[in-house]
Amino acid sequence: MTALIAVKNLSKSFPGVKALQKVQFDLQAGEVHALMGENGAGKSTLMKILAGVYTRDEGEMLLDGVPVEIASPAHAQSLAIGIIHQELYLMPHLTAAQNIFLGREPKGKVGLFLDEDQLNSDTQALFDRMNLHMPPDTRIGNLTVARQQMVEIAKALSFKSRVLIMDEPTAALNNAEIGELFRIIRQLREEGVGIVYISHKMDEIQRIADRITVMRDGRYINTVPAQTPMAEIIAMMVGRTLESNEKSIPNTSANEVLLDVRGLNRGRAIRDVSFTLRRGEILGFAGLMGAGRTEVARAVFGADAIDSGEVRVRGQLLTLKTPRDAVQAGIGYLSEDRKHFGLATGMDVESNITLPSLRRWLKWGVFLNQSAIHAIGQEMVDKLRIKTPSLTQVARLLSGGNQQKVVIAKWLVQDCEVLIFDEPTRGIDVGAKSEIYKLVNDLAAAGKAIIVISSELPEVLHLSHRILVMCEGRITGNVSALDATQESLMALATRREVQAIPLH
Amino acid sequence: MSQDTEKKGLWARLSGGQAKQKLLAFASLIALILIFTALKPEAFMTQDNIIGILQSTTVIGVLAIASTFIIITSGIDLSVGVLMTFCAVMGGVFLVNWHWPLPLGVLGAVVVGALTGCVSGLTITRLKVPPFIATLGMMMLLKGLSLIITSARPIYFNDIEGFDQIALGSLIGDFVPALQIPNGVLIMFVMAGICAVILNRTALGRYTFALGSNEEAVRLSGVDVNRWKVIIYSLGGGICGVAGLLIASRLNSAQPALGQGYELDAIAAVVIGGTSLSGGVGTILGTIIGAFIMSVLINGLRIMSVAQEWQMVLTGLIIILAVYTDNLRREKK
Repeated sequence: MTALIAVKNLSKSFPGVKALQKVQFDLQAGEVHALMGENGAGKSTLMKILAGVYTRDEGEMLLDGVPVEIASPAHAQSLAIGIIHQELYLMPHLTAAQNIFLGREPKGKVGLFLDEDQLNSDTQALFDRMNLHMPPDTRIGNLTVARQQMVEIAKALSFKSRVLIMDEPTAALNNAEIGELFRIIRQLREEGVGIVYISHKMDEIQRIADRITVMRDGRYINTVPAQTPMAEIIAMMVGRTLESNEKSIPNTSANEVLLDVRGLNRGRAIRDVSFTLRRGEILGFAGLMGAGRTEVARAVFGADAIDSGEVRVRGQLLTLKTPRDAVQAGIGYLSEDRKHFGLATGMDVESNITLPSLRRWLKWGVFLNQSAIHAIGQEMVDKLRIKTPSLTQVARLLSGGNQQKVVIAKWLVQDCEVLIFDEPTRGIDVGAKSEIYKLVNDLAAAGKAIIVISSELPEVLHLSHRILVMCEGRITGNVSALDATQESLMALATRREVQAIPLH
Repeated sequence: MSQDTEKKGLWARLSGGQAKQKLLAFASLIALILIFTALKPEAFMTQDNIIGILQSTTVIGVLAIASTFIIITSGIDLSVGVLMTFCAVMGGVFLVNWHWPLPLGVLGAVVVGALTGCVSGLTITRLKVPPFIATLGMMMLLKGLSLIITSARPIYFNDIEGFDQIALGSLIGDFVPALQIPNGVLIMFVMAGICAVILNRTALGRYTFALGSNEEAVRLSGVDVNRWKVIIYSLGGGICGVAGLLIASRLNSAQPALGQGYELDAIAAVVIGGTSLSGGVGTILGTIIGAFIMSVLINGLRIMSVAQEWQMVLTGLIIILAVYTDNLRREKK
């Protein structure tokens, strides 16, 4: 049977990164085809090419057996290919209905004016089909991330696509909502729609998928039936069989408290968050997308204002107005979005490494001491084994893993005692990942206090000594990594409207 | 929040949401009027003075309407003032030099505005020049062109019958002799009404907000972002053409050296009226209120014999204050 969509020998590169190398993939009508792989495997890139967001560098793409060039998102839509992106692409100032039907607004009798009533009732019909109880004219900016994700799903459904790509569609959803989504997916499958389902949640894949394709480091590995044992699939994803997690967690309960956060509040995003962090401890922050972990990190770092709350470093109360206050106190923050907030991508490696501590590398307090900068840059490159052709290589051209190491280096030069890692291995290949893990452990052993924020539950379990779980701005759990499982963490991560657990 | 989810009546839909910020602007306007009435009742609240205020708001008001669309898309158009003059000049060329019939010349001036806006839009979308630079360049270009075409001399419309009536005549006054409201004012309000409908009830208006809210999301929704941006800048240009006709009619001449500086007053009016420079929100009603706040302020200060230099100082302070309070209000959300 001719595949709905088939891809052969597809390659795509971005500056400094070979995102896809000779990848193959096919989708049959009436199947749910899961696409699995670690962060940076190339899943989203491949799907964005199918959806017309990127264009491929080489390879073939066939729609119903006919070669095709998909030039733009509008073109993909006209070919009945729909996509739910991992990032939410919504207009916060517009309502849900206005977002869903943007570009396809129903017009009134004259054909000139928009029929807002029709727009809202069409949207209501969509919501009813999804059992979603929400007024269609709610402003997106007023919705929680979970509801925004449901709006994205509704939008994709409104297109009546033949090929529907879902990229991590349940990142912010609870079990009931996931159940609803799966009900819809099964319905679509019966109607002959081909669905690509990208997720790293094993249990979901097993529930819903027919076939699974595994990618690793931009390459196609294999396509197997969904009943294949998980251990085999994981082995394909990481390229080796994982040893059992024999982890020893050091006893840090007697160590000095480096970071003490009490009663942090900011609107709906952060609600009464309190926690402590001791020297040598790795505290994991788990939770769904939109849970508030990055918000807490940025608040502690002084990057965003807070409504109330106290942050103490080594017993000293901080007045946190700007990140400068946090950095002076010894807190370093490696942000979620490296390229936008962590690195000056247009500047070179040694400039990035010396950026927060530039004061120390000045001659007579004014001029840049190039040789000192060069020396410390080299020291860090050696210490962290950063792969770069030279110290003056532009940061943008380094691979994800090495970019992350540059960011870590800059905070080490600054002598930070508290390090907050936000999604440290996002977009990093498997090999570099384990190096980052080792680095984090070494830093903790050397006496730093570390917070690791991650959406990958296996990663949180692997790295952390203790795990804080957040849901919709509140802390819903504080557990030892030894006692926690992916299921128990997930349960805590989806506990909405529950009293915050006071902890010290 | 429940405001957003209530079923909206016709008035609410026409005027667009964001009721709170408009209320604040309107309250400020009323406050200003009351203050000046209290301070100088015999000079401020006379029919002549009120008509004077209305008259002086017209041109800035129309330019501000044009700017509102562009600013909502999170763009900017620095050329609106000079474009107004350029359209006035071209109107002069059409009517006085080439002896076109009045309706054709008027239409021609507006079309020139739209075409120029189109060029700005294309520069921004095709040549990928940022709006600030594209319209800055356009402003200097048009200024030069206006001077070249007219050889730096004004074009007089004395021989064009009925031209001065466009702004100075009073259609309303013909029907209701007590209300001698100039046509220019009427035109401004009609334009405001039409543009409010466009902004809130048509696809063009919807895309205007969408582009300012999240341009990438619009692109990924399959909407032709470039095409609609060009249309929006063309619309803005056309409206500037109307402003050009109004000012030429009021002065009964096209003054080629005029115009630069008006764009800043227009942007001030837009911002005072509650539209954010970062895009995604804005209303025509707010812009009109903002334009009136500025003209009432300037008029009141003049009546109180405050020197013109101090008027400028105060206006500048008001603009900063308006945006600052708007920031505070936004941050609270």
